[in-house]
Amino acid sequence: PRGTIPVQVTFEIEHRVLNKLIERLEKSGVKVARVGEERLRATVSVILIGHIVHSDMGDTIDRIDSTGFAEVVDMSLSMPVIEKASSAYLVINAVGEKELCKALDILRDVAHKKDLLIIEPIRLNSGGA
Amino acid sequence: MKTKKISIIGFGAVGQGVARSILAKKEYLHKQGIDLRVIGISDSKGSEINIKGIDLESALKRKKQKGTVAKGNDTALDIIRNVEHDIVVEATPTNIENGEPGLSNMLAAFDAGRHVVTSNKGPLALHFTELKEAAEDNGLHFRYEATVGGAVPIFNLVHEALAGNTVIGIEGILNGTCNYILTRMAEERMPYELVLKEAQELGIAEADPTYDVEGIDSACKLVIIANSVFGQDAAYHDVDATGITKITPEALELANRNNYVVKLVCEAGDKLTVAPRLVPKRHPLAVGGTLNVASILTDLAGRITISGKGAGSIETASSILSDILYIARNS
Repeated sequence: PRGTIPVQVTFEIEHRVLNKLIERLEKSGVKVARVGEERLRATVSVILIGHIVHSDMGDTIDRIDSTGFAEVVDMSLSMPVIEKASSAYLVINAVGEKELCKALDILRDVAHKKDLLIIEPIRLNSGGA
Repeated sequence: MKTKKISIIGFGAVGQGVARSILAKKEYLHKQGIDLRVIGISDSKGSEINIKGIDLESALKRKKQKGTVAKGNDTALDIIRNVEHDIVVEATPTNIENGEPGLSNMLAAFDAGRHVVTSNKGPLALHFTELKEAAEDNGLHFRYEATVGGAVPIFNLVHEALAGNTVIGIEGILNGTCNYILTRMAEERMPYELVLKEAQELGIAEADPTYDVEGIDSACKLVIIANSVFGQDAAYHDVDATGITKITPEALELANRNNYVVKLVCEAGDKLTVAPRLVPKRHPLAVGGTLNVASILTDLAGRITISGKGAGSIETASSILSDILYIARNS
């Protein structure tokens, strides 16, 4: 209706060069309709088994969240019987793959110290994550 | 007609499976121009020797009726050293402490100038390089397809069909007992202890299941893969192994809700690991029941995945027979 053809193109770009890109696009007559921020782009799911609540679940999550580069973004907990092992499904997001590996290293360390079994996905390069 | 004389050392489920397979395939083998003649069989109580060829049907019958194949007191080592033959089929039980008696049997076979085909993991998980060098030094074949994955031809695939490829990594489920337990726990939402009991009643798990459920059996198989495929000199102590005993039905349910299954996965690459892993339900590794599976990542062919029966007398004998025929055709 406005004499233009609507075409949607998505750019994934680092924040520091964002303004330059918008400027260039608008200079060449392209209207930028939306700019969004997606900080945590890498994701992994893991399962923890053991005395998750009694070994300070808040601390376990904090150890990931306090890194600044990774966060626990989802968690489901199943604790069927008191005194027996609980199971938790965690989703961890991080700013990149390297940071995600660092977050997993931290979680492995915490799980080892708290005697929790950690079930990770099959290798990241095999489509498991 | 090419005649190959064979001894079967160890006459349990696998050894008897080999005898049954040779009997069943006699005509097929003759068409291939191969006559396999079993000249010696030994079990823990004694042995039978007949240089003209043992009547396998009556040997199997005797084993069933009397619990032993023994007709005389000659030991396994007596047969290996002193009876003239070509191939030793070493099918004694796996011993992960020191690899015996399999290790001594295999070394004696090479020393006596005989090829070895085996299903026995222990000696290979502890002394792979020593055995490989003993075979090479004597110009003999050393074939061990049956040690890993039962009927699944992992080594034949890598060394023959995928020759020319560089293998980047291998992942697999190599223990049918664990796979059965995890599959049933997930399907029935039953706790580990109950499913283990069921598996024991069905003969899928041993009375002492430690070897399987703690990941030791998987670790042994992974070591054999690492040594054979990647040329490593690893022993099973080098594997970081975690078993399945702590896994809860709730964990499997949480995985299921998120489109995963939990499997005891062996990974060989820069590190050797056996651990329960989350596997996407549609991933080729997500096989159920007692099945085994191996997924091989190569530089040229990409990813190749094969699955099949990982245990059983005839299934394991299938791999042994294939190794025997390889030697018969190439020696």
